[in-house]
Amino acid sequence: MGAEFGIGASVKRKEDFRFVTGRGNYLDDINRPGQAYGYFVRSPYAHAKIAGIDAKKASKMPGVVRVLTGADLEADKIGGLICGWNVKSKDGTDTRMPKHPALASDTVRYVGDAIALVVAETYAQARDAAEAVKVKYDVLPAQIDVSKADKKGAAIVHADVRRNMAYDWEIGDKKATDAAFAKAAHVAKLDLVNNRVAPNAMEPRAAIGEYSASDDSFTLYTTSQNPHVARLVLSAFVQIAPEHKLRVVSPDMGGGFGSKIFIYPDETAVIWAAKKVGRPVKWTSDRAEAFQTDCHGRDHVTHVELALDQGGKFLGLRVSTKANMGAYLSTFASCVPSYLYGTLLQGQYTTGAIHCEVKAVFTHTTPVDAVRGAGRPEATYVIERIIDVAARDLKIDPADLRRRNMIQPNAFPYQTQVALQYDSGNYPAALTKALEIADYKGFAQRRDEAKRRGKLRGIGLSSYIEACGIAPSAVVGALGCGVGLYEGATVRMNPTGSAIVYIGSHSHGQGHETTFSQVVHERLGVPFEQIEIVHGDTGKIPFGMGTYGSRSIAVGGVALQNAVDKLIEKGRKIAAHKLEVAESDIQFKDGTYSVVGTDKKTSFAEVTFAAYVPHNYPAGLEPGMEATAFYDPANFTFPAGTHVCEVEVDPDTGGVEVVKWSACDDFGRIINPMIVEGQVHGGIAHGIGQALLEGCVYDKSGQLLTASYMDYAMPRADNFPTIKVDTIQTPCPHNALGVKGCGEAGAIAAPPAVVNAIANALNVKHVEMPATAERVWQALNA
Amino acid sequence: MATHKVTMKVNGKAVSGEVESRTLLVHFLRETLRLTGTHVGCDTSQCGACTVHMNGESVKSCSLFAVQCEGQDIQTIEGVATGDQLHPMQQAFKDNHGLQCGYCTPGMIMTALDMVRRIPSPSEQEIRKNLEGNMCRCTGYHNIVKSIAAGAKAMAGAR
Repeated sequence: MGAEFGIGASVKRKEDFRFVTGRGNYLDDINRPGQAYGYFVRSPYAHAKIAGIDAKKASKMPGVVRVLTGADLEADKIGGLICGWNVKSKDGTDTRMPKHPALASDTVRYVGDAIALVVAETYAQARDAAEAVKVKYDVLPAQIDVSKADKKGAAIVHADVRRNMAYDWEIGDKKATDAAFAKAAHVAKLDLVNNRVAPNAMEPRAAIGEYSASDDSFTLYTTSQNPHVARLVLSAFVQIAPEHKLRVVSPDMGGGFGSKIFIYPDETAVIWAAKKVGRPVKWTSDRAEAFQTDCHGRDHVTHVELALDQGGKFLGLRVSTKANMGAYLSTFASCVPSYLYGTLLQGQYTTGAIHCEVKAVFTHTTPVDAVRGAGRPEATYVIERIIDVAARDLKIDPADLRRRNMIQPNAFPYQTQVALQYDSGNYPAALTKALEIADYKGFAQRRDEAKRRGKLRGIGLSSYIEACGIAPSAVVGALGCGVGLYEGATVRMNPTGSAIVYIGSHSHGQGHETTFSQVVHERLGVPFEQIEIVHGDTGKIPFGMGTYGSRSIAVGGVALQNAVDKLIEKGRKIAAHKLEVAESDIQFKDGTYSVVGTDKKTSFAEVTFAAYVPHNYPAGLEPGMEATAFYDPANFTFPAGTHVCEVEVDPDTGGVEVVKWSACDDFGRIINPMIVEGQVHGGIAHGIGQALLEGCVYDKSGQLLTASYMDYAMPRADNFPTIKVDTIQTPCPHNALGVKGCGEAGAIAAPPAVVNAIANALNVKHVEMPATAERVWQALNA
Repeated sequence: MATHKVTMKVNGKAVSGEVESRTLLVHFLRETLRLTGTHVGCDTSQCGACTVHMNGESVKSCSLFAVQCEGQDIQTIEGVATGDQLHPMQQAFKDNHGLQCGYCTPGMIMTALDMVRRIPSPSEQEIRKNLEGNMCRCTGYHNIVKSIAAGAKAMAGAR
């Protein structure tokens, strides 16, 4: 259809008008009639027994409606939070999933663990009263160091979890890997830490619980990337209400990056409290709460070894990781350092044998779950770092070493050593293009020029792969996932020709209203501005799994395309009737049905009108023009590419400046290049943030030292150079749009590119993230 | 808690309301006046999502008490466009994909307008430097920088 608004056009976003004028509708912008405000009493200790809670004084303070505690929750038989993915240990045993009450009544296990919810007339009154709730704590030793969490003498987080071990998992062929190492000409080895990061969506989480006594139903307004998943958990496990009596609404969201996937204690307590106090209850997180309670990401301690032959071919990869789960298992926590990590260790390479073991352990820290990339950044960091160590050991150019080992474009489908089957790609082409954009050949000259200015210039590559479009339900089900991971979309045509799309994917900045409208416009010819996208409301949309893992276009978009195809087929019957020919004589193109070889035609809009005013209509055909499709993907999608980073280090201070960034990504077919580029920019910045600036730091007692923007270094505009990105397109062969997804690529690719560049500049083996000026200076002066 | 009556000009209109001594300007704007385009992203005046103009200069509305603004002239994001006609800076953000989730955007635009007032045609480096008080997690700032450069140019053209 029209190139201006169709697939492949950089259409300006239709959602932007409301956002640039301040008319967005974020959760904290909503107030409900009669609303009260909630504020949580949270533990100031990482580990303590609760010896008593005295809310007498607080209850009498101005405006206080009620103080609710864990005992009230238990009395109402409200269940705890759950983890939806059972990862089996090496010995076949299940993931240890300890109880996770929304309000702790017996023991607190991290700083920020909620104990009571104070409900008052205003936010300020609730906060004042929360400070007056007296909690008596018997403080216990806390286990903070992840590397020692499973060792003898570690403080135990859950009495029913031996050695703090949630699971001890492995993937790959240990024997084959040992054999590969036995015949290696060289083995590169590295110990590394993948630093804990806070997600930091700019909009803090928030929720309003509302109960309607007239029909005994609940409405939860919440910042959720997946409102149906929230409804399912709150119904089936927490037992707030049956699914048909619980509506979950998630309006405009100010970013998510994974943190708004999970079902947290906060919204659980708020929706329960709404019925308890008989009024809507609103809670909005402040930033300090966000740092303490939004699930953190990464936090791995890893040993990696790469075996190479004489010619630099990768023979085997051996990885051993300890992954921090924090104090409780969050909603999808268990799958992140296992099935989203170990399965990606093939990278872009033909490595002959791989073995990875992961011990997931509890500590007295904020729960850890998916943050942008989720497991795949950790896998990419391991692979791309050890390759550079090997290149340094063997004095081979890092780009050359990668190229020698890359899976060739004619080798697809490619069965990896770690369960996945790559569907398509052209890794050498992306590498070549990225190196061209980066002027890799000219680097030596730039390095020499920098040296004359007293700066150490380094260059680093990262050739990443990710598994997106999560996921084929049968596959994830076999691996222990408790839900299916399809997506649902409904297209409802209106009699006058406009369209409303109801879809399970939910935008939190990705521009779905624009991209999905382009998909509909391309096929049906409905004018772009006459397409409305409705998402984020379980009262309106088909059951859907939401947005994470770069799945919106690759799963939701394909469901939408399939729903559109159903409409086209129905319309074909109406068109055939109207044009008095057989259906097989009708072709559909650019929004028009025509009779092959004649000038007889009718538009999709005319056919739609006929479907709603069926005066002259095919016998037996239902009126109406509306279709729903659920799409369960046949495989993951596999975006991949190469990013090249150049840094300059000031040897006097250790300060690092990223001076050049060049990337070539393969996301398959691209619907809106402008939006895709924006996603890549943001991902790169997120990854550079992790590599240079960000990190959650706990002291030995478990206090989070980085719980504000004064202490946690968020990337700012002057931390980045102009970013140059380009793409190659190898379409995904197993979905109708040929798309792969792009939301996480930058965050996956960036950290190793930065650290490789720093190691190159300094001529050292490794520098840990975040590579702060102090760390870099220490590495330089070691 | 004692309350005070405050009166100020917001987006060209005289407004007043009862506030506690501790009520921040941002909460007065959001809760009393229901001007929810000004956002709160932190508790330490770092993120800039709450940036508004007071007497033509950008301020973080989380770092002022409402009572401090007695008699002052406040402009929020809701006062930037003329009806449905976007201001050139707003248009530049839309045209250059300078926003994704949109949460930081009102603060970014208010900061950008103040920046252009002080530096009519800022260089890329000047834009990046002058965004030190505004955080964005989505865009990597790349397209925000482009938007502000384009907005500044459009504003110069309009003068």
